[in-house]
Amino acid sequence: MSHEEPKSPQVYGVVAEFDDPDAILSAAKRTREEGYEKFEAYTPFPVHGLADAVDKEDHRLKWMIFFGGVAGACTGFGFQTWVSMVAYPHNVGGKPLFSWPAFIPVTFECMVLFAAGTAVLAMLGLNGLPRPHHPIFEAKNFKRCSQDRFFLCVEAEDPKFNSAEVSKFLKGLGALEVSEVVS
Amino acid sequence: MALKEEPKAPMLDTSHELLAPGESYRSLEETIGNVVLQSASHKKSWYVIAFLGFVGVNILGLTVAYLLYMGIGIWGNNQPVGWAFDIINFVWWIGIGHAGTLISAILLLLRQPWRNAINRFAEAMTIFAVMCAGMFPLLHMGRPWIGMYSLFPYPNWMALWPQFRSPLMWDVFAVSTYFTVSALFWYVGLIPDFATLRDKASKGYVAKIFGILAMGWRGAARHWQRYETAYLILAGLSTPLVLSVHSIVSFDFASGIVPGWNVTLFPPYFVAGAIFAGFAMVMLLAIPVRRMYGLEGMITQRHIDWMSKIMLATGMIVCYGYFCEVFYAYYSGAPYELQLMESRLFGQYRWLYYFLWICNFVAIQPLWSPKIRANNTAVWWICVAVSIGMWLERFVIIPMSLHRDYLPSSSHTYQPTVWDFSMFFGTIGFFIFMMWLFIRFVPAINIFEMKDLLYKMRLMLRHEDKHANQPAGGGAHGE
Repeated sequence: MSHEEPKSPQVYGVVAEFDDPDAILSAAKRTREEGYEKFEAYTPFPVHGLADAVDKEDHRLKWMIFFGGVAGACTGFGFQTWVSMVAYPHNVGGKPLFSWPAFIPVTFECMVLFAAGTAVLAMLGLNGLPRPHHPIFEAKNFKRCSQDRFFLCVEAEDPKFNSAEVSKFLKGLGALEVSEVVS
Repeated sequence: MALKEEPKAPMLDTSHELLAPGESYRSLEETIGNVVLQSASHKKSWYVIAFLGFVGVNILGLTVAYLLYMGIGIWGNNQPVGWAFDIINFVWWIGIGHAGTLISAILLLLRQPWRNAINRFAEAMTIFAVMCAGMFPLLHMGRPWIGMYSLFPYPNWMALWPQFRSPLMWDVFAVSTYFTVSALFWYVGLIPDFATLRDKASKGYVAKIFGILAMGWRGAARHWQRYETAYLILAGLSTPLVLSVHSIVSFDFASGIVPGWNVTLFPPYFVAGAIFAGFAMVMLLAIPVRRMYGLEGMITQRHIDWMSKIMLATGMIVCYGYFCEVFYAYYSGAPYELQLMESRLFGQYRWLYYFLWICNFVAIQPLWSPKIRANNTAVWWICVAVSIGMWLERFVIIPMSLHRDYLPSSSHTYQPTVWDFSMFFGTIGFFIFMMWLFIRFVPAINIFEMKDLLYKMRLMLRHEDKHANQPAGGGAHGE
């Protein structure tokens, strides 16, 4: 969660490499059971249940998108009302100035536009992206994480962290390789 | 005659055929990624088609330059046919875009695993088709830089604001929102694939470009969870958006008082037509591309089969609309409606009307046969017929309704000019050029979703094995 970069080169964490989605899922569960708190799993595609195994799932995004949509609808409707009644009141065929049923299509489009914009920006924002540099990229073989390998990193910030012990524990989970990441 | 060997396949079996046997995470991404990363995978045909597209782009550029210089008088539009090729092409292109969003959004919401192989491709198609569509309403203003204040609400020195009670205004919001949301949806889907290409690229500058596009994506579990939430909600937003866009396009007509337009049937009929045209275009492109790049293992025969079925279903809805139009006209007894129908059936453009029936009704009937659906050449030619037919449908609706209205004195025939055609073919060239650049520089099939599909299929197989073994115990005798 913290975005503070360490001042001097130091251990970022211990990384284990797996070659199977089920292996990483059970490894993440075991790591949580073992009492580690600061760890993260990295996978080439979404593995269901993994986010839950690593941490509680984040449900803020749904609400942000919902309120984005509400804000869009209010903006769209309010803007049309303002234009038609205040800024440019214009009698067209004797129709009332506040002819709200005619405003619904644009209101709907504005709602979709704001909600979609919120979805993308909030997703990137909560994920802390764009962020081109991250210590995990220094991990051995990490290039294959976007291809066919699955990584689990126990971070040094974890209160229980002890490099040697963590390595031993991760090796016991059936990792192909366990290495230390220095940032 | 081969018997129908295939028994009614249960859900599990059908999805197994969505990937060729023997694929692995590695092989999937090699097949897809190498199309982008290795220029050797592009044969002569890529250059030939890209060149043809580029010629089209130039034709479009020249036409637009001349149009802006001379004004829209170079078109065949007149009084009362104020809307002609510009709006025909606009509606046609917008419709083509719709299959893209439907494939990617509705099928995602319905958890249909077969979408994964075609969604990226279809979304790209949507974006470029909407770009082509957007050009027409902008340019038919003649001097778009002056007329903008009537479309986009911004403070201008005349203190004028757009008329929000007009369907044309709704159209501006619908199409621009549609374009923005489609582009967002497409880009969000691409982020993890850009990360894959960043890590696979051997050349430094290629890795750098994909690195910027991937925005530092690292596939963390928590990221994936938020990513999937956002992606699913974007799909949920796009689905009603598609329906709203084409319904609003149909309101442009349906809220008018022109004979032949003032019909409540228009919104569903237009939406079905859009899906019909869109699926035709998806297959028109996908059938040659999968052969050129050896993607048959991912865009399988089953995909073509299912897309053909959807095309047949939506095509029959459209044909129902044609029957209804004839019925409405005669049942209403309104002289102007009758006059229009007679002009359609027996007037000067009757050949186009009959040709429309041949393309959109007669030509799709062979799709009822599984054998025809398995024959790619036949399907491809049917798609050509549908694309032409859907264009003719818009011709029938727009200039043919306009050239006869309530006053006999204002009747006028319409004749497109060479500039009408050059602009139309120019946008086709632009579309092909953009699609071909897309195939060259962006993974045309969603890499991470294909891996996800492979993983799920493996889970399913394992599940099946377990069930198969359980009752039999150790000795699997069966029957």
